[in-house]
Amino acid sequence: MIVVDGLTKVYGEHRAVDDVTFSVEPGRVTGFLGPNGAGKSTTLRMLCALTRPTSGSALLLGRRYEDIPNPGRTVGVLLDASAQHPGRTGRESLTLSALAMGLDRRRVEEMLELVGLTPAEARRRVGAYSLGMRQRLGIANALLGSPRILLLDEPANGLDPAGIRWMRTLLSDFTSAGGAALLSSHLLREVEVIADDLVVIGRGRIVATGSKEELLATAGTVVRSDDDRALEQALRAQGLEPVPSARGGMVVEAQPVEVGRVAAAHRIPLSELRPSESGGLEERFLELTAADAREGVS
Amino acid sequence: MTTASPQRPATVRGQEAPVRAIPVRRLVLVELRKAVDTRSGLWLLAAIGVASLGALVIFGVFGPAEERTVYGFAGMALLPQTFLLPVLGILLVTSEWSARAGLVTFTLEPRRGLVVLAKTVAAVVLGLAGLALLLVVAGAATALAGTGDQAWDLGARDLGHLVLLQLLAVLQGVAFGLLLMNSTAAIVLYFALPVAMNLLVQFVAAVRDHAAWFDLATSQAPLYTQAPLTGEQWAQLGATALLWVGLPLLVGYLRLRRREITTA
Repeated sequence: MIVVDGLTKVYGEHRAVDDVTFSVEPGRVTGFLGPNGAGKSTTLRMLCALTRPTSGSALLLGRRYEDIPNPGRTVGVLLDASAQHPGRTGRESLTLSALAMGLDRRRVEEMLELVGLTPAEARRRVGAYSLGMRQRLGIANALLGSPRILLLDEPANGLDPAGIRWMRTLLSDFTSAGGAALLSSHLLREVEVIADDLVVIGRGRIVATGSKEELLATAGTVVRSDDDRALEQALRAQGLEPVPSARGGMVVEAQPVEVGRVAAAHRIPLSELRPSESGGLEERFLELTAADAREGVS
Repeated sequence: MTTASPQRPATVRGQEAPVRAIPVRRLVLVELRKAVDTRSGLWLLAAIGVASLGALVIFGVFGPAEERTVYGFAGMALLPQTFLLPVLGILLVTSEWSARAGLVTFTLEPRRGLVVLAKTVAAVVLGLAGLALLLVVAGAATALAGTGDQAWDLGARDLGHLVLLQLLAVLQGVAFGLLLMNSTAAIVLYFALPVAMNLLVQFVAAVRDHAAWFDLATSQAPLYTQAPLTGEQWAQLGATALLWVGLPLLVGYLRLRRREITTA
């Protein structure tokens, strides 16, 4: 439902988003994971025509965002929960959107109820809202037009653990009805709870994509040696892709015995050789992003 | 806030229903609503109302008897309006940035030119509504305190002048707001510019001689009289309007088209 192809945004010398390609399938929640400043928000802004890409394209249901008539009815967007006029009440903010989209006012009440904002809270001005309440209001605003695609930037920010579970249920309802959701986060734990698929980004480049299970399953081998540089070359010669680990040594997508064989063949003494820990997505995420950060420095 | 158990909302439309583009009329309604649905917007409108009424009362009590006509009252009440309505026009545009509402506005309607058009139309509607109200009040004031046989003289030309003054004022506000996209900068520039121009006109002879060609206040002055404008005066008004309303509107629009809409 979302097809992003070679999307690139360059600010002067800085490649904020660099040749990003991925797709989001209907019926799936796709987590867009990356550390702060990795290019998640810029990518999402390009998806909804707020930022012009330097090159590449992003299509939603086969169309560019700016070519979708009344886009709020097709794509629900929450890019920044704080981007609401602080002087308007919660209900008034939704009413304006409903008016623009040509929706029945009853829809506003439905959405307020759905996200758990009480009538008293809806009457208060947004400036007095907590971050969690703003997120709920933002989600209500995104769902208002009964969209088929949801784009959410850090929607779990400011939600408590119960709130995150609530969002998971909400999004799984949304996707089981055929919708597609793309949500960004810099916290793996949030995404692990909510997402089905993952797109991992670091320094503007995609570093991994796949289903959550896939990425969890391919947790590989942690290896440390007397001569990491030589071992890295030897592994690369075998067609493997060792990734330097944030905690020293490197991580390889291979069984420990394979790595051991390579080390033995090159007579490199190992100081550590073990399968990476379970729940390895986090380790992998740290490694992927740390490795990417290092590449940028060297 | 309650962590409500999620219900199953009909959040996803089953099949792709044909959705039509948002008509401009609806965008205008949204912009009009935005002008009055915050406290700051309401206060501004209230201030404009109070200032207009105040001007009428003062004029009714202290004004020269022969000028206490419907035209005199209307012109008097128009002064605070042309002074304050541009601020409304400015805020209509700049609140998208200063109050960060632009993210929602431009995701719901990515055709930015239409959003600008809707804001411009909304500003004009507000300006004309203000003028209509002002004429009603001026009529009431004339009925109460009007003097002389010309008390009720208000020709089409006079009305046209008032409309022009009002429209130039609100449109200049929209143009300045769009050009600077920042409430403070736009308001300061809007009020500082006439002062600066006035100083120039006062002290630089070369400027003074041609002031009507580039100073909006000078070229507008004939509109405050009941005499018809000469061809040259119309040309001067057109030139200054292009310079101080048309040009900033165009540059601001071009800037908005290219600009990235961000949150911070």
